[in-house]
Amino acid sequence: MVGQTLIQKILAKASGKETEGVVENEIVFVSPHRILSHDNSAAISKTFYKMVGPNGKIWDHEKIFIALDHAVPPPDAVKAGNHTVIRKFVKDQGIKYFYEGGTGICHEVLPAKGHVPPNVVILGSDSHTTTHGAFGAAGIPIGRTETASVWAIGETWLKVPESIKIILDGSLPKGVYAKDVILEIIRQITAAGATYNSIEFYGSSVKKLSMSERMTLSNLTAEMGAKAGIFPVDDVTDEWNKQFEFQYDRITADEDAKYIKTLELEVSNLTPRIAKPHKVDNVVPIEELGKTTIDVALIGTCTNGRLDDLEIAANILKDKTIHPNVRLLVYPASQEILLQATREGIIETLVAAGGQIGIPACGPCLGAYGGCIASGEKAISSANRNFKGRMGSKEDTGIYLASPATVAKSALAGYITAEEE
Amino acid sequence: MRFKSQKIWIFPEDDINTDVIFPGRYTYEPLSPDEMTRHALEDYDSKFIEEVEDGDIIVAGSNFGAGSSREQAVTCLQAAGISCIIAKSFARIYFRNAINQALPLVISPECSDFVTKNKENLLSSKEKIDVDFDNGVIKIKDKVFSFPKLDDQALQIFKAGGLVEYTKTRLKKST
Repeated sequence: MVGQTLIQKILAKASGKETEGVVENEIVFVSPHRILSHDNSAAISKTFYKMVGPNGKIWDHEKIFIALDHAVPPPDAVKAGNHTVIRKFVKDQGIKYFYEGGTGICHEVLPAKGHVPPNVVILGSDSHTTTHGAFGAAGIPIGRTETASVWAIGETWLKVPESIKIILDGSLPKGVYAKDVILEIIRQITAAGATYNSIEFYGSSVKKLSMSERMTLSNLTAEMGAKAGIFPVDDVTDEWNKQFEFQYDRITADEDAKYIKTLELEVSNLTPRIAKPHKVDNVVPIEELGKTTIDVALIGTCTNGRLDDLEIAANILKDKTIHPNVRLLVYPASQEILLQATREGIIETLVAAGGQIGIPACGPCLGAYGGCIASGEKAISSANRNFKGRMGSKEDTGIYLASPATVAKSALAGYITAEEE
Repeated sequence: MRFKSQKIWIFPEDDINTDVIFPGRYTYEPLSPDEMTRHALEDYDSKFIEEVEDGDIIVAGSNFGAGSSREQAVTCLQAAGISCIIAKSFARIYFRNAINQALPLVISPECSDFVTKNKENLLSSKEKIDVDFDNGVIKIKDKVFSFPKLDDQALQIFKAGGLVEYTKTRLKKST
């Protein structure tokens, strides 16, 4: 057997080829541990019935995961009706893992509810399905029709990808976060630089990253075109998994596994980064950005809406008031996070500073509801995409991506800054 | 399968993303393919919706279709009449979505470069592009470019007319 990378081992296992292993570019047929979808499940269900006929059944009611999050609560009757279609489908098909709007963003709810053990394949009808690599799984994004097909037949084809190794060494300086690290990685690898590839994270810094921070990194591997972004299972993963009854072995890549590229990054000297409009790889150190005033500051999303993100923002905003020209929107990534942040006084601090708290969901990240920006406006956001029009207006003057700390500091100043007031 | 383009749309920029091809603000509205067409490339080139015709071909740069997994970014162009997209490269999910909808995508950096360099000339002479998808050959004027054919599995789905038909057939076989 040729040396196997993490993705090769995971795909070999999922396709019943554990003994012989798989080779790069080989086509394998894989049945997922879970297949994720969200508000797009209404459209997927229509395609599903086209495939299976009006009385057709899903292949396994315990493998399909649906969480409503992309337009929650629905801003109009059309999007509300979309949810009605999904609820009916869930009931008719007996789908076990359905999470009502307000539970949280799919990528937050899936692992938090114990659906992501290590070493499995998670397919998802959402490009940020790569997030689940944080847990040692292969989170692989697919489209709607393909999801309908997996619902019907329980498997799909995948090409075994080539892998990229990223080695992170050193300790993050004060004021520099996981988001800054991944933005710097994206700058170096570029928006297309990991297309069709799987990324693996190694190095002394990785051992110090929390599960939340790993999720930020894996999430944003999607913005380099990656098929997956995986952290090997370590003590931090094991500790997280104690709350679930998972049975698993720690798998590691073979020593002779092949990588097409290795990127080494010393994080000790890193400074806060910002992705300028309208591409995620348009990244510069913040000090190189001229004075940029903002209208909206967004903290939340599947990239950076977790408890540690809210806490970092609250520590910056404590006993202060945001700039009068800025609207600060806060979308906790899940109900559990919102509850915990409420108990810890984080929500009180954010509201007292002038923040508007949203229902746990995607919020204005995709521009469908809940705080879209107006034409001519600028936003700083802890989300994952700064594409033109992404937050609802094709005449926006720019979306800037940064860590929750930078977003909070900028909300206070009224312009983009990583300096404390 | 062979096409001759009506018009050529030239978008040489790299990383044209699915948000500008089909904006997120419409993604959770149940729209028919024809309704999707009205928003095709809305945030990128407003002329496109008005002037696109059946059989037009898009020639793009690298990483076309980056970003979101939304399939409407394929469907809206296909329903608008686009018969084929030629690019230096495609984003992974976009490529899969296109196979699943049986929209032919052609990877040819050389053709993309040639068309981009000769943009004015090709547009003013209303030049057409001839794509022989089965044999992996593109012809423009006296230029000939070859491109890689689809992998066998992808080709099977494509030839079935897309994944809906492919899965239907597979289900029939298994019963």
